[in-house]
Amino acid sequence: MAIGLIMAYLNIGAGHHEAAGAAHGAAAEHGAGAHGGEHAPIWLRRLFASLWQSNVFFLGISAVGTVFVAIHTVAYAGWSIMVRRIAEAFSAWILPGGVIMLIVFFASGHNLFHWRTEGIMDPASPNYDAIIAGKAGFLNLGFYVARMVIFIAIWWFFSKRLRDLSLQEDQIGGTGFWDKSINVSAMFLVLYAVSSSMSAWDWVMSIDTHWFSTMFGWYVFASWWVSGIAGILLTAIYLKQAGYLRFLNANHLHDLGKLMFGFSIFWTYVWFSQFMLIWYANLPEEAVYFNQRLGGFDGKYTWLFFFNLIINFAFPFLVLMTRDAKRQMIMLKIVATAVLIGHWLDFYMMIMPGTLQGDSGFIIEIGTGLVFLGGFLLLMTKRLSQASLVPVNHPFVEESVHHTT
Amino acid sequence: MTKRYALGIFEDEDVLMHAIENVRAAGVKIYDVFSPYPVHGIDDALGIERSRLPIAAFFYGMCGLSFALWMQIYMLGFDWPMIIGGKPHIGLPAFIPVSFELTVLFCCHGMVITFYTISGLYPRLKVPVMDVRSTDDKFVMAIELKEDADLGNLTQLLRANGASEVNEKEMTKE
Repeated sequence: MAIGLIMAYLNIGAGHHEAAGAAHGAAAEHGAGAHGGEHAPIWLRRLFASLWQSNVFFLGISAVGTVFVAIHTVAYAGWSIMVRRIAEAFSAWILPGGVIMLIVFFASGHNLFHWRTEGIMDPASPNYDAIIAGKAGFLNLGFYVARMVIFIAIWWFFSKRLRDLSLQEDQIGGTGFWDKSINVSAMFLVLYAVSSSMSAWDWVMSIDTHWFSTMFGWYVFASWWVSGIAGILLTAIYLKQAGYLRFLNANHLHDLGKLMFGFSIFWTYVWFSQFMLIWYANLPEEAVYFNQRLGGFDGKYTWLFFFNLIINFAFPFLVLMTRDAKRQMIMLKIVATAVLIGHWLDFYMMIMPGTLQGDSGFIIEIGTGLVFLGGFLLLMTKRLSQASLVPVNHPFVEESVHHTT
Repeated sequence: MTKRYALGIFEDEDVLMHAIENVRAAGVKIYDVFSPYPVHGIDDALGIERSRLPIAAFFYGMCGLSFALWMQIYMLGFDWPMIIGGKPHIGLPAFIPVSFELTVLFCCHGMVITFYTISGLYPRLKVPVMDVRSTDDKFVMAIELKEDADLGNLTQLLRANGASEVNEKEMTKE
């Protein structure tokens, strides 16, 4: 019942967000539509792009919940059992997120992906682009959709499998379920390593079809992963302050804070590795990517480019540097919120210049983001309320209770 | 200078942790605890203050960062400007890897040297061992005995808290 209460509260919060988001979106669409004039409706393209951006972001976070569980299972980690159910609950969004992704992909046509333009791979067509035609073996509709379905199916299946094993363990007990979940986790991690990287190429990198970067899979994964940890941290603090998770203490938060701190730096490392090589080599086909983001479209994205680094690197790095900051809920809440907003903006930076060039704005985008946040929270809290908040029969639960750092 | 210590020998980590709490609560000052492996949370239980080494590390790091940036900007920007790959003389992205490495280098060396200095670790240091079994499987709690200390009471207190034996030992420190 108590969990039901907290859920109801969150639902109201989510519903409120959703309503606000929808209102925002509608207002912006109206405004933009009026300005659109005789050209292709910009508001529709903005809607597609922002749906895609928020969906990739939240779907990634959702899968990261399972990755978190899997990594901690194969590493025999005991401390994180206290937040395991939160990570499990994150994966509730994988299936709806995947369905939305397919719908948006088919509905948007060539508005999102330049390589889907009619006749772009046909030498006889005026739209012919030799470079894109050379990528036809990988970027064709059938293979692309098949990959998308397979990746989402893999994520969904293993999330469900790990969750089921954990729930059965709650009922029956013993170490058998945990032994099994080690095998499941190990398999999932191998498949996720490949699928996360390839989904980053497919869903984000193929927007800038001519461009390529071998760092991109890691870059997107780092962004998802650190956002997922920030999300788990925020949920844990929220539950703790609402009076649940009594055994969660500053030591667990400290470790989650360390992960968030460390992976913020990891994200920066990957980001910088990609940027510096392209900046140094200065090859036109590579540099165009940063050309668009640094000063392109009348400098539209320039501030965001630097803000991205400040909010995702400098801020968490400097604020979470001390031990005390990682053990205080208020500091962690501020930084986790900043990290989530920052990485949402990071995806904005990846997707918008390629799809909308200079036409992107913030009102539809933020509205869509809030709608997704609402939907995500709705399903996540629902799943969270369906089982005990702590896997009571997990072999390491005792270790987690007595965890000290 | 010779000092006398009472040594409580403990078999178990948890018993030891409770004993530390109770002994301190009884107003007895613990000189030190020797254990075969690092025990989680023992620093807090013994009331040992947190190290200030991280603060020093931060400033060593800042020194390294400033030095690296100064070195590269001065050398490549003013002292001997060269055109490398058509980049500006002061091209900050190219300086970041070196700045990072020097930050880490200064930080590590500074911390190691500081730690050795304040802990008095130097070559050929003789470490007094209270009880050799603390290097194997026993936990040893050492309590310094003043001139007029009552060993009987102390023995009782330690025994009551789970010590398997209580010994007295004289240590000479030159």
